[in-house]
Amino acid sequence: MNKKYMYSLLAVIVLILLPYVGVEAAGLQVLFGIIIPYLAVLIFIIGFIYRVMDWASSPVPFRIPTTCGQQKSLPWIKQNKIDNPFTTGAVIIRMALEILFFRSLFRNTSIGLNQGPKISYVWEKWLWIVALAFHYSFLTVLIRHLRFFLEPVPVWLQWLEKIDGFFQIGLPGLYMSGAVLLAAVTFLVLRRIYLPQVRYISLAADFLPLFLIISIAITGILMRYFTKVDVVGIKELAMGLASFHPAIPDGIGALFYIHLFLVSILFIYFPFSKLMHMPGVFMSPTRNLPNNTRAKMHINPWNYPVKVHTYDEYEDEFREKMKEAGLPLEKE
Amino acid sequence: MNDKNIIITGLIIFFVFLTFPFWYNLGKASPVPEPKLTDKAKAAKECVEPKEYMKVEHMQILDIWRDGVVREANRVYISKKGKRFNMSLSTGDDSCMGCHSNKAEFCDKCHDYTSVTPYCWDCHIEPPKEKK
Repeated sequence: MNKKYMYSLLAVIVLILLPYVGVEAAGLQVLFGIIIPYLAVLIFIIGFIYRVMDWASSPVPFRIPTTCGQQKSLPWIKQNKIDNPFTTGAVIIRMALEILFFRSLFRNTSIGLNQGPKISYVWEKWLWIVALAFHYSFLTVLIRHLRFFLEPVPVWLQWLEKIDGFFQIGLPGLYMSGAVLLAAVTFLVLRRIYLPQVRYISLAADFLPLFLIISIAITGILMRYFTKVDVVGIKELAMGLASFHPAIPDGIGALFYIHLFLVSILFIYFPFSKLMHMPGVFMSPTRNLPNNTRAKMHINPWNYPVKVHTYDEYEDEFREKMKEAGLPLEKE
Repeated sequence: MNDKNIIITGLIIFFVFLTFPFWYNLGKASPVPEPKLTDKAKAAKECVEPKEYMKVEHMQILDIWRDGVVREANRVYISKKGKRFNMSLSTGDDSCMGCHSNKAEFCDKCHDYTSVTPYCWDCHIEPPKEKK
């Protein structure tokens, strides 16, 4: 047992019980269906902007990119243009590869002792593959949910649903993204629990979003494939929220309110948490700066104007005395 | 330092995408679809199971029916109340669509609203109306 993930797990269980009791026993549909979701969006937007602008106000006067290849140098030395970018264009390519394909995770190696006391570094691609699967399936799931918020539902969204449900397994048809999301996020939790090195550096703040997302995925999957909910009623509620005419339709079960509440909590928690790596990845100065310090001078803009006394001035000041002492002079 | 403009532009783009549902629906009061029942369906009062159950479970019933009919040649459904029904989506008057013969007004209304595209009608055809 580890206190860090037990705390997070307990917190999520309480967060699941809250709307259940609130809706089933106290009849607080308006609170959990209208007030908290709006509040969550508001806190998300304000918190997100606040954090990003806070980062934006931190000055980055010098180039501090981490590089993984040959810097631009003499013409006959081949430069690694993407891993050691010199121009803005190359930086954009580097950032795009990082953001879209998680290139830094691709470099992940695991260190081990093979054949006695020999250290070896082995390709470790699982984290990269699962992280990619997790982020892309989460994005797909998020976009798919737009069908509850848009009327009429745009054609591109229907294409996405068709592709996602390509295999036509069961009815309602299985969406691949949902299954992949749950599998991937489960892997990410187990990784933190079972790998001793990773467990050692994991905090409650690392587990909480994972448990939250697992619960969100499970409640969503339950609603679609198992216990079933009134989808038309839920779209009515979602459309009410999106068009600022909120209303609570009858006959929506507590499971939906649990799902909605957990999503609201995720939105509220987002700006305060490590989930801010979403905008943060764009702003990492070790990646988004071209490595051009040898070609361009970067001056710290808040440098204090230093009073300098050059040698010429020094000589002018003490010329006579230096002459008397017989010291060599630049100018006579 | 001088990246603030880029960052603010990025933020604006992000929030335009994020708030897409809000401005897409702006000022539109979307009517909630109310599936229409045919006279025959009204007269029958209840489907094979109660309305609330059918509303959320009909797709699963159809899925089970299909497998039962195609694989086991079982065409009789015994409802929870013990009534017997013919298992068929679109053939004959005692099929689903024999009663709910108004696909556009009954099936499609909610399916379109929630962007559900069932593949029932990839194989089945809607029974022609002229027969009546």
